Amino acid sequence: MFTRLLNWVDDRFPLTDTFERHLSKYPAPIGQNFWYLAGVLLIVVLVIQLVSGIWLLMNYVATDEQAFASIQYIMRDVDYGWIIRYMHTTGSSMFFLLIYLHMFRGLLYGSYQKPRELLWVLGWLTYIILVAEGFTGYVLPWGQMSFWAAQVIFSLIGAIPIFGEDLLIWIRGDYLISGITLVRLFAFHVVLLPLALIAVVFIHVIALHEVGSNNPEGIDIKKVTDEHGVPLDSVPFFPYDVVKDLFAIGIFLIIFCFIIFFFPDGGGYLIEYINYEPANHLKTPEHIVPAWYYTPFYAMLRAITFPIGPLTAKFLGFIIFGAAILIIAIVPWLDKSPVKSIRYKGIYSKLALGGLVISFFVLGYLGMVPPNPLRTVLAQVFTAIYFIYFLFNWNFET
Amino acid sequence: MQPKTPSNPGRRKFLIAATSIVGTGAVIGAAIPFVAAFNPSEQAKAAGAPSKADISKLRAGEMMLVEWRGIPIYIVRHTKESLEALSKNLSRLSDPDSEEEQQPDYAKNPYRSRKEEIVVLEAVCTHLSCAPKFYPELGTTDFDADWQGGFFCPCHGSKFDLAGRVYSGVPAPTNLPVPPHYYETEDVLVIGEDEEVT
Repeated sequence: MFTRLLNWVDDRFPLTDTFERHLSKYPAPIGQNFWYLAGVLLIVVLVIQLVSGIWLLMNYVATDEQAFASIQYIMRDVDYGWIIRYMHTTGSSMFFLLIYLHMFRGLLYGSYQKPRELLWVLGWLTYIILVAEGFTGYVLPWGQMSFWAAQVIFSLIGAIPIFGEDLLIWIRGDYLISGITLVRLFAFHVVLLPLALIAVVFIHVIALHEVGSNNPEGIDIKKVTDEHGVPLDSVPFFPYDVVKDLFAIGIFLIIFCFIIFFFPDGGGYLIEYINYEPANHLKTPEHIVPAWYYTPFYAMLRAITFPIGPLTAKFLGFIIFGAAILIIAIVPWLDKSPVKSIRYKGIYSKLALGGLVISFFVLGYLGMVPPNPLRTVLAQVFTAIYFIYFLFNWNFET
Repeated sequence: MQPKTPSNPGRRKFLIAATSIVGTGAVIGAAIPFVAAFNPSEQAKAAGAPSKADISKLRAGEMMLVEWRGIPIYIVRHTKESLEALSKNLSRLSDPDSEEEQQPDYAKNPYRSRKEEIVVLEAVCTHLSCAPKFYPELGTTDFDADWQGGFFCPCHGSKFDLAGRVYSGVPAPTNLPVPPHYYETEDVLVIGEDEEVT
């Protein structure tokens, strides 16, 4: 009965074929390690964010008068509202944690090298959408930090010479960050960006299955295949990868639940304390800190304190900030090395990658603390180290 | 089935070009409402009316806060010492003579104000729009060894003197803007207009 139904569908839609191609029989390279878990966990977090987001949407009110109160209403009056909100706030931090691990894996094993350039760029695009999604979502609770983060980030647009100020008013829809701005960010956060994110993630997975997964050895497994064209150094996705992934998902969910139940604020890093105060456009908080996942780039933004020629320090900071993110997209073309994996790269490559990781953490810290002259110099030095990885790493190939 | 070579290539080319142009025009036309809907609404524009402040209770050395167009406006009454301090740090300022168009013409003077003892400033840091904090103390502070009173932005460390002039070597590029303002009476300050509209 079931077989007949399946045959009927298969004659009209490639169901079995698609299922085998993308899931059950997809050849996963052997030798994949810890770093290869981030991808599947990202899909899990995407689902958590979509489901918890839809439920939050049922009680959230996107007006400047009621946004803050509606969050409190969700936390106190809606049955289990608190847990749904904590899922969403924790999920956003997990999203970034995992995507940074996922990107680092790509750098570690050269997963962006030919023929995976487009796969890398698509992944970068999901990161960009995620950054926008994180920023717009951060504004919605309409607390002090929401408001002032929006104020600071929007002002970046005003740094563009000549038409920046007009563009800023156009994007804000007002002369200041107001309820009008809130509602348009809301529309982006719940409709436009999730649609884009799902679409790009889907294309990312299709692209992955076209070129195949990389592995820590950097070996092209498609070179040696059996008589059916299946790579010898691979295992079918089901059951081998599915079981491994389920185990990882289990561990991940235990950690995730632990945070939600016992540590939802994350000591002020997952939910910033200043955001428990309603937005007040006349009073800047003592110290504005973006969410932890933006702080490395935020530190670079404010590291630039000197003008060059006619360009103001503000505009240059904006340029460096943009360049630090854009340069990630062109990594496949910056890397001229014939070697994929870090395991077989030279000492200079390893040092450069180590420098990148250290600068990411140091800048992440500097972005969280108030500036002073010493920290500004440190931020400038580590911004340079960040860019050195991208620009000079591959000149040292041995 | 499309023929390999059109019987009249010139005509085909013209039709493709004409269709493309009309199609592009339609896309531009259709984009207009979507782009325009992002502009400030009439309601938002109307909220930009001038606001009034009674400064009779503002004592020397104090600052008061009023709102205009949703922007915080700082009004400071100088003390004798703070007026003198305005000329002490000139070499550390990047635009001491207010050359940049950040104030109405009547405020292009050493006090950047209509009346020398009253300063009126938009409290919007010219770096990334935080509200700088008021630090009237003279002498050493956490962020400056030779502070002559003024404003310090907690976001990215920009410094301004009490007339809103920016220090050099900080992220903010220009002086704090002075909003249009005039005195309706001795004690009533109107912010948002240069003079009485008759």
